[in-house]
This record gives sequence, structure tokens and C-alpha cells, in this order.
Amino acid sequence: MLAFIIRRGLLSLLILFLAVSLLFGMIHIAPGDPASVMLGPRATPELKAEFARRMGLDQPLVMQLGTFYARLAHGDLGVDPFSERKVSEIVFEQLPFTLILVLTAIGGASLVGIPLGCFSAIRRNSLLDRLTAVMSVAFIAIPSFVVALYLLLWLAVSLRWFPAIGAGETGNYADQARHLVLPAVALGLGWVGYIARLVRSSMLEVMEENHIRTARAFGLPERTIIVHYALRIALLPTVTILGMGIGSMLSGALFAEIVFSRPGIGKLLYEAVLTRNYPIVMGAVLVTTGFFVFSTLVSDVVNAMLDPRLRERPGE
Amino acid sequence: MSQPVLKIRDLSVSYQTEAGPLQALRDVTFAVPAGKIIGIVGESGCGKSTLISTIIRLIAPNARIGKGSILFKGDDLLRMTSAEMRALRGDEISMVFQDPMTSLNPVRPIGRQMADVQHRDALSRREKNARSESMLGRVGIPDPAAQLTRYPHQLSGGMRQRVAIAMALMAEPSLLIADEPTTALDATLEVQIIHRLQELQRDFGCSILFISHHLGVIAELCDEVVVMYAGEVVESGPMRDVFLEPRHPYTRKLLECDPARIAEPTRDLPVIEGSLPNLVQLPDGCIFRERCPKTIERCGLQRPRLAGDGHQASCHLLDTAE
Repeated sequence: MLAFIIRRGLLSLLILFLAVSLLFGMIHIAPGDPASVMLGPRATPELKAEFARRMGLDQPLVMQLGTFYARLAHGDLGVDPFSERKVSEIVFEQLPFTLILVLTAIGGASLVGIPLGCFSAIRRNSLLDRLTAVMSVAFIAIPSFVVALYLLLWLAVSLRWFPAIGAGETGNYADQARHLVLPAVALGLGWVGYIARLVRSSMLEVMEENHIRTARAFGLPERTIIVHYALRIALLPTVTILGMGIGSMLSGALFAEIVFSRPGIGKLLYEAVLTRNYPIVMGAVLVTTGFFVFSTLVSDVVNAMLDPRLRERPGE
Repeated sequence: MSQPVLKIRDLSVSYQTEAGPLQALRDVTFAVPAGKIIGIVGESGCGKSTLISTIIRLIAPNARIGKGSILFKGDDLLRMTSAEMRALRGDEISMVFQDPMTSLNPVRPIGRQMADVQHRDALSRREKNARSESMLGRVGIPDPAAQLTRYPHQLSGGMRQRVAIAMALMAEPSLLIADEPTTALDATLEVQIIHRLQELQRDFGCSILFISHHLGVIAELCDEVVVMYAGEVVESGPMRDVFLEPRHPYTRKLLECDPARIAEPTRDLPVIEGSLPNLVQLPDGCIFRERCPKTIERCGLQRPRLAGDGHQASCHLLDTAE
């Protein structure tokens, strides 16, 4: 198991390196330059050149990338040219807001979706199964920012059950939790149906397998068969999708953060891109990419825990 | 004579298909006496699998049990509630399945699965493991304690089938149903497993219903044999009688086709001409008529019944001979 984690961890680092290098190149190819944005339209060419030199923008791209990694090795993500604060400080200030939002959304979606899918598979064609089928297609089809807007209008503005904006008072966990509900629902709602359909279809497949028939032939309680014999195998594809899903949720979080005026990486990144604030963009991208790679790593490790066959290298 | 463990009478099962009901079993009648090994032999599609899944009542959702009874120690399995039936499975009646590669759960260690099978016994995990370990030893698995922590994919096919047999014998059942347990194994292993089964049957005193399309295995292992063709029992009786003096033309043909019985080297192995009849639209008269070399006029008109005492066959030629 440990060998598997190490092998998989090294692969993750390689993926992270490639992804970040690629993004670095893409950001610098995009039109617009930070000097003009920063110094305004009336800046002299000399001032712009001085700014570019200070930011290292006059160097060749490869050199810039090299400098970026060299600094990164020391845990230094550079300095925000606008506020003169450390990029790492700014990014890690915002990160927890996004993480808690994404994890709450996906965790909640799994907690509802997995039992729902499992039940739909066992009571196939029951009312609940049909209802889940229709609802999940509907909710998958609606973009999360639309859901966010309507939740905001209905539950926050009309009914006033939940606060509309912000992330809650610092240190007041109950208040922060209340502020988390609407954005998390907006982000996770589509996933409930998606997870339920995924679990349902793999459950139906697994329940047809020979070893389930064996378990039945031994008169094992249906509960044991479903939970220990079938669901554990049926969850494998879902766990993989969840690992990837966290990545796509990081971008979905952008909408939720803007609509609910929540601080977070999505909002930070959005504003940094508009102002061509390269150090912030790179810092935020690095952290989100790292988080995405990490979550796929976790999903692979969870799968290996669920299925012993995945722990072994082919041919071993 | 003691009461048979299992007594099947006039069992008919059909599958609902788009073309109409497919009559997979028709009037199947035979018995499994206590402490005996009964072999069921027949080619693919003869209804062997439908028969055993009907006995343990794990049939496909589109299967309909038309009529008949399956008496297990005097109680009709077909009239039991699903809870009563579940109580019998893995306790009084247990099964060994065909493909050891897929019949064990891939994500649970062997020891867990063997402990799961003992779900009715109020024993501690440690006691259950001890029992599993001794049972693995009895089916001929080396170093049984170490196997408990291993997963099925880490064992060979032969070892997995031994594990499956050990699981099936765990509850000391009265009836063990083995569905082609050796088909997926190579010949050497097959012989080992067969001999092991024979020993275990003597030790445990259970009855075995052994399904196979391999005549050699049936001859080696069984006390009595039931020959099935296209969903009907065409011949049944003591193993020696059926093998030495087959009465039904199908049994004779089947024996002729057994490669083990062919004395002279040949390029053309004997086959039974023709193919299985359409079970959705059954032909009139005898089910084997279209492939039978010795048809008479009556074969097309009337369905033959199983006749005889002890050694039975369903063929009109037997009537005319008497």
C-alpha cells in the first residue's frame, strides 16, 4: 500500500509540474500587459520598462519559468506588485474559503447521492428511482450560477432564512456555517443527481456479478450483500469521478463566490486575471492545480483501499 | 430405504421471452437419495442451470415456475417464503459454482468471506477463523492460516475452487449442489478435485447433486446419473447401468461422442447430427425425434414418458421391445 502511494505521489508531482509550466506559458501569451494596467495609460515607456524589469518580464519566458520554480523551491511565490504583499500570504488567506465550500458541496452531494443511487438500484423502477432519474437530469442541466441566483432570491432575499452575501463573521463558526449553506447547495445540487445515477448504474452492474449470486446462495443477509459485497465495488468509478469533480468544482466555485460575494480563490483569480496580476494568477493557479492533483491522488488511494487488485502493479 | 433428501416431481419452468414462453424445463422428475452422489449430464442448453437455480430459488426475474414440486426432506421448496428459503441456503443446501475466477468476492479477503458464510453461528471472529482454517486444510489447501488474509485474485483457479468447496461444506449441509465445479479447471486439477469431493462426501455424509457435461467426471464420481436433453429427463438410473446399457438413443449417442471412449485415432470426431429444438415452439411428439436415428411413426405423434424401474428412459422403442 505504501509503495502504491509513493508511486502515485511521484506521478502527481510530475503532472503538477507539467500543468503549471503549461499554464505559465498560456498566461504570458494572452494579450495585455501588467505594466499598462498598473501604471495607467499615461505611463512613459521608461516607467513601463522599469516596471517590467522589476517584475522580471523582460527576461525570456524560459528564464522567467526557471526563476518561478527556483523561488517556489524556497516556498516563495513572489510579491503582488499592487499591494506589495506576499503572494503566498494572499493566496493562503483565500484558500480555506474555497476549500470548505468545495468540500461541503461535494461531501453533501455524496452523502445524499450515494444512498439515493444505491436505493434506486435495489428498488429499480420504484417511484423514488423514477423521481431521481428525472430530477437528476434536470439539476445536471441547470448551470450552478443559475441555481445560485435563484437560491439567493428565494431563500435569502424573500424568505430571509439564510444570509445573502459574505462568508460570515470571523471566528463565529455557526455564522460561517449559515453562510456556507446556499453556496454549497448551489454548487453541489447538480452533483447529487450525477452521483446517484453513477452509483445506480454501477450497482446494477455489480449486483449481476457471479460473486453476488454466491453470497445469496449462502443466505447472507441482504444488507451485508449490498453494503459489503456490492457497494464497495460499485463505488470505485464514483470515487474516481469525485476526485475529478473537485477539480471542476474549483472553477464552479467562481460563480458561487461572485454571486454570494464570498471571498475565495475563484474570486481572487478572476480579479487577478482582469488586472494581469501575473504573480497572483500564478500563485492561485499553482495552488488550485495542486489541490486538483492532490484530490485525484486521494481518490486513487481510496480506490486502492477499496479494491486490493488496484494496489498491485500489472504482472505483479 | 431412507427418504430421499431431494425429490423433484413434474417440475416445469419457462422463461418469458419476446417470442413467447421458452419452456426450459418440462416435467422433470428425479430424486437425490441421502448420502449419494447424483450426476446430471447434458449438453449446453439442456436446462441444467435452470434446474439448479430453481432448486435454490435464485431464478432469473423472467422465469416462471409452471408446475411441479421440489421436496427437500419432505418440504416443498417452491411453497416456502423467501425468508424460509434464505434460512436453508448455505445451511442445509449449499452450492459450489462453475467459475472460481468470478464466484468469490474480489475485494474481501478469503477469511472474511468464510467468516461471512458462518453468519448464523454465534462464534467470535477468532473461533470462526479457526473453523475456516481447519476446513481449508481439509479441502487440501497448504498453509491455510496464511490464506485467510489473501484475496481471491492472489490464488490459482484450483485453489479458489477448493476455497469455494470449503465454504460450501462449512455448515455441513445435507445437500451440496455443484454446478460444473471442475469445468474451468485443467484435467489434472479436475481429477484432484473430484477425488477430494468423494472423500469429503464420505466424511460429511451429505448428498451431492453434481452437474456436468463431462461424462468421464460423472462416471468417476457419481452413484446415479440423470441424463437431460432440451429440458427433459430422457434417462436416469444407477451409473453403471446407464453407462453400460444406455436405453435412450440420446444417451447412446452421447456416449459414442465421448472422446475418452473412442478407441481408434480419427480426424473426424463423432457428433450428434442436428441441433437442439426450438423451446419456444416445441415440436410434437418426442423431443429428440429430429436427431434420432431410429424414429418410428409414433415418435411424431406422442410424447414418450419415463418408464422403467430404477433404470428409466423415455423412448417409444422401449415399449415396442417389451
